[in-house]
Amino acid sequence: MDLRFTAEEIAWRDEVRAFIDAELDPALRERLRVGFNPTKQETIDWQRKLNKKGWACPGWPAEWGGAAWTPVQRLIFNEAIQSAPAPDLQGFNITMLGPVLSHFGTPEQKAYFLPRAANLDDWWCQGFSEPGAGSDLASLKTAAKREGDFYIVNGQKIWTSTAHMADWVFALVRTDPNARKKQEGISFLLIDMKTPGITVRPIISIDGSHHLNEVFFDDVKVPVHQRVYEENRGWDVAKYLLGNERSGIARLGKSRANLEFAVDTARQVRSGGAPLIEDRSFRQRIAQIEVDIKALELTQMRVIAAASKKSDGKPDPFSSLLKIKGTELLQATSELIMDTGGPMAMPIWASELHALGNEPIAPEWAGYMAAPYLMLRAASIYGGTNEIQRNILNKAVLRL
Amino acid sequence: MDFDLTDDQKLLTDSVARLLGDRYTFEARKGFQKQDAGWSADMWGQFAEMGLLGLPFDEAYGGFGGGAVDIMLVMEQFGKALVLEPYLATVVLAGTALRIAGSEAQKSAILPEIVGGALKLAFAHGEQGARYDLSDVTTRAAKTASGWVLDGAKSVVLHGDCADKIVVSARTSGARNDEAGITLFLVDGNAKGVTRRGYQLRDGTRAAEISFASVEVGDDALLGTIGGGFPVIGRVVEAGISAMSAEVVGSMDKMLDVTLEYLRTRQQFGKAIGENQVLQHKAADMLMSTEQGRSMSMLAAMMVDEADDAERGRNFALAKVGVGQAGRFVSQNAVQLHGGIGMTEEYLIGHYFRRVMMFEHSFGDTAYYLNKLADQVH
Repeated sequence: MDLRFTAEEIAWRDEVRAFIDAELDPALRERLRVGFNPTKQETIDWQRKLNKKGWACPGWPAEWGGAAWTPVQRLIFNEAIQSAPAPDLQGFNITMLGPVLSHFGTPEQKAYFLPRAANLDDWWCQGFSEPGAGSDLASLKTAAKREGDFYIVNGQKIWTSTAHMADWVFALVRTDPNARKKQEGISFLLIDMKTPGITVRPIISIDGSHHLNEVFFDDVKVPVHQRVYEENRGWDVAKYLLGNERSGIARLGKSRANLEFAVDTARQVRSGGAPLIEDRSFRQRIAQIEVDIKALELTQMRVIAAASKKSDGKPDPFSSLLKIKGTELLQATSELIMDTGGPMAMPIWASELHALGNEPIAPEWAGYMAAPYLMLRAASIYGGTNEIQRNILNKAVLRL
Repeated sequence: MDFDLTDDQKLLTDSVARLLGDRYTFEARKGFQKQDAGWSADMWGQFAEMGLLGLPFDEAYGGFGGGAVDIMLVMEQFGKALVLEPYLATVVLAGTALRIAGSEAQKSAILPEIVGGALKLAFAHGEQGARYDLSDVTTRAAKTASGWVLDGAKSVVLHGDCADKIVVSARTSGARNDEAGITLFLVDGNAKGVTRRGYQLRDGTRAAEISFASVEVGDDALLGTIGGGFPVIGRVVEAGISAMSAEVVGSMDKMLDVTLEYLRTRQQFGKAIGENQVLQHKAADMLMSTEQGRSMSMLAAMMVDEADDAERGRNFALAKVGVGQAGRFVSQNAVQLHGGIGMTEEYLIGHYFRRVMMFEHSFGDTAYYLNKLADQVH
């Protein structure tokens, strides 16, 4: 038993870091460090750099550009990206659609969509949740009625991240309203966002950002050849998609970067006549987070080591642990960042305000304190709420 | 990175599990506890026969040359069965002091006796005023013509009442709390001037208050160098943290199993209480804490032989906090989910609860190590 990285693994980490240092625009890196999201174009540019290097879609089969890395190599890669920080791989394209299409897609679907997804020529979004189907996803109602070589789609999706910038959506739709079980009447469709009848309406989040949307489908015609896998077997596809890529789900690199940002800021903020970082109670919070990061880092390695030994392809229920504990850390570290700001975390120090007076009205760091806290409340909700993850642990491990 | 156990390690785990499963039932343990020593001499003999008492010692002394991972595996099983015998005190604590500081003569004389089960040892370091400060030593040793004379008192010495030999820390120079000037000695448990008052800890294991009144020992009682005891004590404490962490993991495993079984069988409102989602989620939290604690216990085991002092110290602080918090969470909720029966002396959960309690108060608590970590942030 040896929990340390091998010399080869350390060399790999150095190689990834060196690539990031050489290729990532320092100005973008700094903006990500203080909590901004990359723009669509920045994500595309970065994804294309990775694609050139052969690192755009590491988890895919090799014939479609996958990197055939070991689970440990993938973990190291993901964490290097998160802690840099560099833009994350576009999740809908890379960790969701790609594996699904290479597993279930027709030869034509693979040949057309996969290279374009890897290079972000198409920006994909995910049409799963509906107003009446959140955690209970199989209750979805968006209907797809077969008419000749087309499905006519009617209904509504919600919480659709990046739909406003997407070229395509992969959606779960109901093709058999009379199926014995609600899971059995669902199909998986690929829909061009430019198809007439699609309306995207923004939902502004509590951090003021536009990330989420409602998407309405009104007699949208979708060619039957854009269905993935068999009709009414879309639930199998969805299950595969949700269980497929769990490496990096804990996002520890991001939590580490958050912690580092809080510590950096606490050196500049004064409290009680000295830098905040000298306050022992503040440092104890940091210590507690360090303990929790270390524990999860090791648990994650155990899960990954177990995954590399089994070949049934089924998701490990302990990835639910990684999700719960990982998102708790994202939230704890973003809360620490905000608390570091003290009263300066309250105003919206928007750049317009700076521009008005033509000079900064607050220290640089003050503008970045609260946004990650607000945004990351979503972390324990998306991807299966943390309560649903506990249900999964119970069903798969505890069996109560 | 590699989490695999060797074939020998799997065999070790299985054979300890089998022995304890057959001989160390909860009922049997109650009997062991009632014996005069508070534990079973017969089981101690079994441990010797299986080679457990020689696990970490070199083959030259009759041992098996095992490492911290082997100790971890044994202690996990001990934690599942709530073993009462002086294994931690003899093999892990005093054994580590002897292994790393003992002279050839001391090791040749003592280690084979430990391996065979004839000698039990204790590690007498903590004092009443010291709390968790390892350098707070007021017991004094003064040089005489033919050796040393010891005066002072040690507190909550694990299995100090039954030890044939005691590793004692004493100040040979410097002021209270100086790291330099602490020296280790090997003292006979029955030496003239040694007074021991044995008692039970809350979990049913034994400990003692030991006082030393003009206790005379020879030069050959010196363990390691004069004034060089402090780093040895640090390593002994780390070995103790690692072993006891594994024991807590074993106890958490058992508590989770027992609690799940209770949730499946206990009926209220016409159904098993485990059908309530609020209890399912609490059990899921216990599972997660157990696994996070296991990871930290593994970290401790891997760090026992780490050469870099700063790296080792930092990781032990992380591990101690992690296991301590996991242990508290799992044990508190094990009692809670059992309801009233969890509060009784008769039922087993309360015994695991009290064993895990001991960990938090041994070798430095969560607040102590969080402060250590906090003081490294600048």
